[in-house]
Amino acid sequence: MAKKAHPDIKELKKKAVQIRKDILTMLEKAASGHTGGSLSLVEIMIVLYYYKVKHDPKKPDWPGRDKVILSKGHGCPTLYAILADLGYFPRKELWTLRKLGSRLQGHPQIGLPGVEISSGSLGQGLSIANGMALANRMDRIKTKTYCIMGDGETNEGQVWEAAMTASHYKLDNVCGIIDFNKMQIDGFCCDVKGLEPYAKKWQDFGWHTIEVDGHDLGCLMDALDETDKIKDKPQVIIAHTVKGKGISFVENQVKWHGIAPKKEELEKALKELDAQLKTL
Amino acid sequence: MQEIKRKPTRDGAGEAMRDLGKSNKDVVVLSADLTDSTRAGWFKKEFPDRFISFGVAEQDMIGTAAGLALSGKIPFACTFGIFASGRAWDQIRVSVAYMNLNVKIVGTHGGISVGEDGATHQALDEIALMRILPNMTVVVPCDAVEAYKATMQAASVQGPVYLRLGRTFAPVITKESDPFEIGKAILYRDGKDVTIIACGHSVYEAKKASEALEKEGVSARVIDLHTPKPLDGDIILKAARETGAFVTVEEHSVFGGMGSAVSEFISQNHPVPMRMLGIKNEFGESGSPLELLKRFHLTTEDVIGAVREVLKAKKRKK
Repeated sequence: MAKKAHPDIKELKKKAVQIRKDILTMLEKAASGHTGGSLSLVEIMIVLYYYKVKHDPKKPDWPGRDKVILSKGHGCPTLYAILADLGYFPRKELWTLRKLGSRLQGHPQIGLPGVEISSGSLGQGLSIANGMALANRMDRIKTKTYCIMGDGETNEGQVWEAAMTASHYKLDNVCGIIDFNKMQIDGFCCDVKGLEPYAKKWQDFGWHTIEVDGHDLGCLMDALDETDKIKDKPQVIIAHTVKGKGISFVENQVKWHGIAPKKEELEKALKELDAQLKTL
Repeated sequence: MQEIKRKPTRDGAGEAMRDLGKSNKDVVVLSADLTDSTRAGWFKKEFPDRFISFGVAEQDMIGTAAGLALSGKIPFACTFGIFASGRAWDQIRVSVAYMNLNVKIVGTHGGISVGEDGATHQALDEIALMRILPNMTVVVPCDAVEAYKATMQAASVQGPVYLRLGRTFAPVITKESDPFEIGKAILYRDGKDVTIIACGHSVYEAKKASEALEKEGVSARVIDLHTPKPLDGDIILKAARETGAFVTVEEHSVFGGMGSAVSEFISQNHPVPMRMLGIKNEFGESGSPLELLKRFHLTTEDVIGAVREVLKAKKRKK
């Protein structure tokens, strides 16, 4: 298989800035939501949607599509911003996030085009991804299911039940991606309940494990391409990220896990993002 | 007395899953290490490629079932009732019911008649746990014949279904030719003085009670309320109007079960004196099924006693 050409990295970096602006604007209008874990996800989801996965915004239910499962449902502002940018639904709907009657629920709900599963109660996505992969195998459909999880989320026992299932059934059509931003609501993961040796845990559960800088678009593309070469084993990309990435006063601040920017904070953040855009 | 045929309701469900395997290629069966006990093994034997084993991992099994359903399959996830409904409750809530997915949950070993395994394995809670979930259908067949029909029909219900089945050799009290429809309760025996509403194995106790009461001159109606949700309001309302007194009986907690469902409905539509037989705010314990039915007051005699009580209340009301 010929290697797929990487898209223009500079364009994708611009896209990342735009998505961050949308995320923060949505959250400010909603006046609640999860800022830190949305911002850490941006490059992961950009590489998936603008480079890796087979999908068609005009046909969200196309059976030949790859599926992206956002198991860490609280990161949905990133998913929504990207889906709107791709034309899955009108961009103006972004500003209804968390409002009564909106399709953009506080945590993802199916029904919004492009959203594959309802999620929010952590730890459930990987099992669902396995189910999709098993169905595809039975039906001889050659697509892949990507499951994005948070690091704190993997405290959940169900994740490890699913990890065993995927390796037992040799589900090479499942790829997990960990947004490893090292923090969860209560604090640093290492203080709340240590995950290390993290990569080794996944390896020991029978997964092909790749560690990568989760904000380096080129490295993420290479990692995702590497997973396609793995046979008879599920793969996991442990993406080392920065919680709140891109905004100086949000980065690595535990308190920004579950709050939204206020008006003046948004203005300050947008200025920072505009300045980043100029350097590209 | 004529010897009554006995067969576990889980056997009826097991036969239906196997037959569904033949007629519907989308049906897949999932099991959490209790493959023989739940009769999932009967499907496995004929359709090994559509059988998925999880080991002791109910939460993962339900989540995987959701993924299969999202991809067009009709998964039947099998384990003991309390592990299905209790251990994996949040998975059923979020990954199944919230998305209104076509997942069928086969919970065997429901009720106190599970017997010697004791409290941890006697599911006395599933009707309540499942009934409160939006989109969920809950079916409690009274015998193996009904269990077969319920399981076959569950495959065509759009949305999640919880099937509550028993372990023991339960009397077969319905016929293959009897009509059965999920959501439509059965007037098992007509009567005018009182209505006994039962589900699962307890329908047999209700039947025997009504026969005994007839000898005392009490005409007791028996309703087989095999679907606690969605509730068949019509048959209940009619019974309330025509008989004016209710006794409910189930191998389940009186909190939130089938009797509660009847009570919620009738108290708002046509209140009548009512007695509810079931497990009362306690855990089960080890013992033979028969001993346990006595210990927890779920025998024919207990039903008769409750009828006498409720008839007194009905009289006082007049």
